[in-house]
Amino acid sequence: MADASSPRGAALQATSLCKRFRAGGREVQALRDVSFSVKPGIVTGLIGPDGAGKTTLMRLAAGLLMPDQGRIEVLGMDVARQPLQVQGTIGYMPQRFGLYEDLTVQENLDLYADLQGVSPAARSDRYDELLHMAGLAPFTDRLAGKLSGGMKQKLGLACALVRQPPLLMLDEPTVGVDPVSRRELWDIVYRMVEQHGTSVLLSTAYLDEAERCSEVVVLHDGDLLDQGTPDTLREPVRGRTFAVTAADLPKRALQARLARADGVIDALVQGDHVRVVMEDDTPPDLEAVLPEAKQARVEPAPPRFEDAFVDLLKARTQPDETPRSDAAEVPLEPAQSDHVVIEVQDLQRRFGSFYAVRNVSFAVKEGEVFGLLGANGAGKSTTFRMLCGLLPPSGGTLRVAGADLRTAGAEARARIGYMSQKFSLYGNLSVAENLRFFSSAYGLFGRHGAQRIDWALEEFALAPIANSVSAGLSLGYKQRLSLACALMHEPGILFLDEPTSGVDPLARREFWQRIGELAGQGVTIMVTTHFMEEAEYCDRLAIMVAGEILTEGTPADIKAQAQTPEMPEPTMEDAFVELIQAHDKEAEAA
Amino acid sequence: MTSVFRRILALMGKEFLALLKDRRSRFVLIVPPLIQLLVFGYAATFDLKNVPYALFNEDAGYAARDLAAALRGSPSFTEVAQLSHSGEIAPLINSKEALMVVRIGPRFSADLLSGRTAPLQVIVDGRNSNTALLVVNYVRAIVDQFNRDWAEAHGTRLPPAYIETRAWFNPNLESRWFFLPGIVGLLTLLVTLLVTSLSVAREREQGTFDQLLVTPMRPVEILIGKALPGFIIGIVEASLIVAATVFWFGVPLMGSLLTLYVGVLLFLLSAVGVGLMISSLAVTQQQGMLGAFFFMVPAIILSGFATPIANMPWLIQQLTLLNPMRYFLVVLRGVFLEGTPFQLLIPQLWPMAAIGLVALATAAWLFRHRMY
Amino acid sequence: MSEAPPTPAAAPSGGGASMRLRGLMRKEFLQIMRDPSSIAIAFLMPLVLLLLFGYGVSLDAKNIPIALVVEQPSADTASFTASFQGSRYFRPSRYNDLQQAEAAMMAGRVDAIVVLRQDFERQLQQAGGTPIQLIVNGVDANTARIVMGYVEGAWGTWLQQTARLSGQSFDAPVSLTQRVWFNSELESRNYLVPGLIAVIMTLIGALLTAMVMAREWERGTMEALLVTPLAMREVILGKLLPYFILGMGGLALSVSMAIWLFEVPLRGSLWVLFVASALFLITALGMGLLISTVAKNQFVAGQIAIITTFLPAFLLSGFIFDIGSMPVVVQAITHIVAARYYVAILQTVFLAGDVWSVILPNAGALVVLAAVFLGLTRRNARKRLE
Repeated sequence: MADASSPRGAALQATSLCKRFRAGGREVQALRDVSFSVKPGIVTGLIGPDGAGKTTLMRLAAGLLMPDQGRIEVLGMDVARQPLQVQGTIGYMPQRFGLYEDLTVQENLDLYADLQGVSPAARSDRYDELLHMAGLAPFTDRLAGKLSGGMKQKLGLACALVRQPPLLMLDEPTVGVDPVSRRELWDIVYRMVEQHGTSVLLSTAYLDEAERCSEVVVLHDGDLLDQGTPDTLREPVRGRTFAVTAADLPKRALQARLARADGVIDALVQGDHVRVVMEDDTPPDLEAVLPEAKQARVEPAPPRFEDAFVDLLKARTQPDETPRSDAAEVPLEPAQSDHVVIEVQDLQRRFGSFYAVRNVSFAVKEGEVFGLLGANGAGKSTTFRMLCGLLPPSGGTLRVAGADLRTAGAEARARIGYMSQKFSLYGNLSVAENLRFFSSAYGLFGRHGAQRIDWALEEFALAPIANSVSAGLSLGYKQRLSLACALMHEPGILFLDEPTSGVDPLARREFWQRIGELAGQGVTIMVTTHFMEEAEYCDRLAIMVAGEILTEGTPADIKAQAQTPEMPEPTMEDAFVELIQAHDKEAEAA
Repeated sequence: MTSVFRRILALMGKEFLALLKDRRSRFVLIVPPLIQLLVFGYAATFDLKNVPYALFNEDAGYAARDLAAALRGSPSFTEVAQLSHSGEIAPLINSKEALMVVRIGPRFSADLLSGRTAPLQVIVDGRNSNTALLVVNYVRAIVDQFNRDWAEAHGTRLPPAYIETRAWFNPNLESRWFFLPGIVGLLTLLVTLLVTSLSVAREREQGTFDQLLVTPMRPVEILIGKALPGFIIGIVEASLIVAATVFWFGVPLMGSLLTLYVGVLLFLLSAVGVGLMISSLAVTQQQGMLGAFFFMVPAIILSGFATPIANMPWLIQQLTLLNPMRYFLVVLRGVFLEGTPFQLLIPQLWPMAAIGLVALATAAWLFRHRMY
Repeated sequence: MSEAPPTPAAAPSGGGASMRLRGLMRKEFLQIMRDPSSIAIAFLMPLVLLLLFGYGVSLDAKNIPIALVVEQPSADTASFTASFQGSRYFRPSRYNDLQQAEAAMMAGRVDAIVVLRQDFERQLQQAGGTPIQLIVNGVDANTARIVMGYVEGAWGTWLQQTARLSGQSFDAPVSLTQRVWFNSELESRNYLVPGLIAVIMTLIGALLTAMVMAREWERGTMEALLVTPLAMREVILGKLLPYFILGMGGLALSVSMAIWLFEVPLRGSLWVLFVASALFLITALGMGLLISTVAKNQFVAGQIAIITTFLPAFLLSGFIFDIGSMPVVVQAITHIVAARYYVAILQTVFLAGDVWSVILPNAGALVVLAAVFLGLTRRNARKRLE
């Protein structure tokens, strides 16, 4: 554990924190003996997947919860004893930003200024500064509920900053926000640190954001895994990360092979190569793993925080908790044909005067993995719902497997599988009951139905928890169960709406592995995500912004569009930001 | 065809599991009906007991004493004070210590004995006019009896005609007999509406309804799968309350159970239909609940449950024709107390069926057309 | 939260507490104005409920369908039945024999049967007198009693007429004269409308407040509020005051409708009515806030509010059903139903006047209940998320 003996003058000092909750008759250990400190004047990141205990920790620090054991001090005050003093000093932004959606931007600011006791004389200067910083100056009369996700996030931040606090705590401020807004938020945070010496504690589930913090506290399942600078955290995997390229192999097949090779801890598609983390500093033996690939090359790669995190997690996970990985071989030949199975022309969806989806056209071929990328509210889910026949379009045409699912009969619906956002399952039913229900809903009865349920229990390693209530499952298990239900009837087309949001990196890897296998069997897969790096797994993708498709193509094509001399090898996120900024400039010029 | 049935059966099974495993819905199914059955069974009564009254007897004669004794002997009245001057009347009534003052004038016995009509004055608190009306009627009955006894004993001439009253179906005129069969309808409506009005809304809120709609199940199958649990729970609930009404509260069941259950089924058809309609319109459980509440309140008030429809203005009476409760109450009270045969109830039965079918059809249409 | 008055650190500028409270109240008002459902519960619902009850619900039976069976018509039977024709309480129809009339009653076409038997004329002259048979449908016991009263009234009128015509007197030994105070017409609307105001105020006070508090928990804004220097009592006060003002608005609307639309007499003074209503509203708000300390989502809050406040206000307040006639246990329960005291005050202030012997004890009970509910709220409300 990090040194609990604490540097003097820490902005926040947690000592042996424990916190348990009772949820549905079960005891959940949200935090287990967590000790760390937040140094003043820097950004400290609290990093971990959903359910790691980040929010509990934030609430303990804000005096909203009382620890079962241990103590937490903020700016030298014991939070348990002096909650009001702590709350009168810190700035805090809860998840979902804590805004009143039926109040305007100005009214929200006024409210928090009143509550924080900002004197009326000091307000107008402070408002000017905050509104300009957040880029909200033109929108002071707009209702907070009518702002985009990124603007809400910045307004929430402005409200937390209305009285310049010495310690700023932000609970998952970047969730579901587009990359441009994320960058803007980070700019504001850095400015607070530089200009005012503010200490910042920020929680996030995005592992890449760790790299932006000066210090990182890593949480998983209520345990503190590690604490340090991103550099020191990366240290254990230094020299163990490699980039493998094999031009004559499809990258998903390459990734699948490498993932199962001896000594490989992690294999991840990244651009045109596969990133590999090894158990030690010997590179993967390409001769043994990829005998048929003649052009395979391996190069050392710089370590990333995510590599270290996966390494830490793998070390903790028991092998029998993960589903079997000797799944069907991803074939070397792509299963794609030229047969178009999903076709969308000038699709539109209007809600009142607001266009949620406007002039969207694309085509997906059989066996292809097609991704829709964009921030929350970009129109991805609306497009999906129209494709699945859940929402009538206001204009344009769409065909899925040759039919419009809205009018087509039950047979057409039997050919698709659908996994919605939030892993919608019947929460108070057990895993087995959910499987049984969906198999019956798809008309699988008797021996065939029983076979499929057995298949799902085994394939997704759900058998040990078959009788657990599904609401109490971890997000990773919910995701597996949800996918199992969608695959019950062996559909030819699979719709996946935000299938990986909030789950830990291991579950995400396992998920994409399976998607690769399915695509290899000829299943057409359509997927939405707001994780830019997941775009790499897609054969083709479309980026959506404000209801429209900004660009479409293979991941390499899209990144190529953003290539500049200063940025020879842009990531998908770089490309996204670049394209949006170019788009905005165009819109301004027009 | 069998696969259709099995799909519906699977959906029904799921609905039951989801409903009975959830602590909140179990609570909603059990606690409010129980409380209401008890409260209505015991509290809702128009029968007066122990009405506090004061006696202002200015007459020392024995006739006055007899009358006072008759009052005191009635279980409907409790004497709380004896007054000695008229100034005491107003404060007593004003402060609600007594609901009534019975004033026997100083010449009461003398008048009686001399064959003149002796006046007896009652002063009643009219703040609750229904109670006041009943109090006056109760006193009148006591006075009538006194008159008859007096005439018999003294051989004075009686009026040439007297009224001989018989109450059919409820000889002791117990208002509990009137309310309890109504409660069968009230609670069945309440529970069925809560079960069905939340069933689609809950799935919409949790996102599982989308999941359901992309399966090969047709809207009609979903509708049936969602409606049947409402039916079954409604029948169980109705049967329990009927049993409690008969065995615990001792209300007679004169008519045939078969007729009663035909009524229950048709009423459930309309209640389930309305519930599913509300549910398909609602996006959140919140809205579903509010919708159910705002349907239920007028449906109960304008059903004849507590006050007769005949007393309502014409326009509102026409409005009640759309209210399934109205018909069901006639069936319930008819079968329970009057033993009304089936054919006399047909005019009550078909409107419930019609309302139910229209509501169910609308709900099925809304499943697919109300989606955002 | 026993310790910790707002500290200097928490409130850098002078009037911290009042500024915070003002901010909270302004926010609450803006939300009320922009949320149609709050306005609907505060103003539309009283309107609808009052119209529904004022016009729709009446215990005053009028035009009761009644069967007159005259087996042997004569001058006397004609004069008797004539007394029914003119009455506004009855809608008589003639039947020739009892069987037909009984069938009509079975089919629900008539509510009562008056039978004048064949020997009516002959018996009239005899010493014992002649029986007039009255058969009422006892299913609706209340209406049946009212019908019986009306028939006796008609009978009495007929007796006097007959007496006057024949020059004879057959006065009853004792004749009853009734004086109904406060509501001499016995209009049920005059007591239903004031009682309904109590139900409406309960809905505004308890249901609305419990729901809007739950909404803050659900939307995550409560978390943001709690991390400000606000003390819990300020959070409570910040909800109490705006909804108090909204509730008084709803009250003003209901009272105006009662007086001008339904013409319920207001014999007491307006200020007593408003002070008592303010007390009750605070009690109801206290219940709503207390519920919200237990129920953190709108569904549960709504359920609890309906079961613990709305139904008792309806059934156990003496609004419709006489409390004195309930079983002892139920009567005991009514003592913790705030609406009971308020209904007593309302019916008195409207119909009787400023009767202090009713108003003061009931107002006192309201004060006690308000203190209990607010005190419990204060004790249960933690500035925490647990």
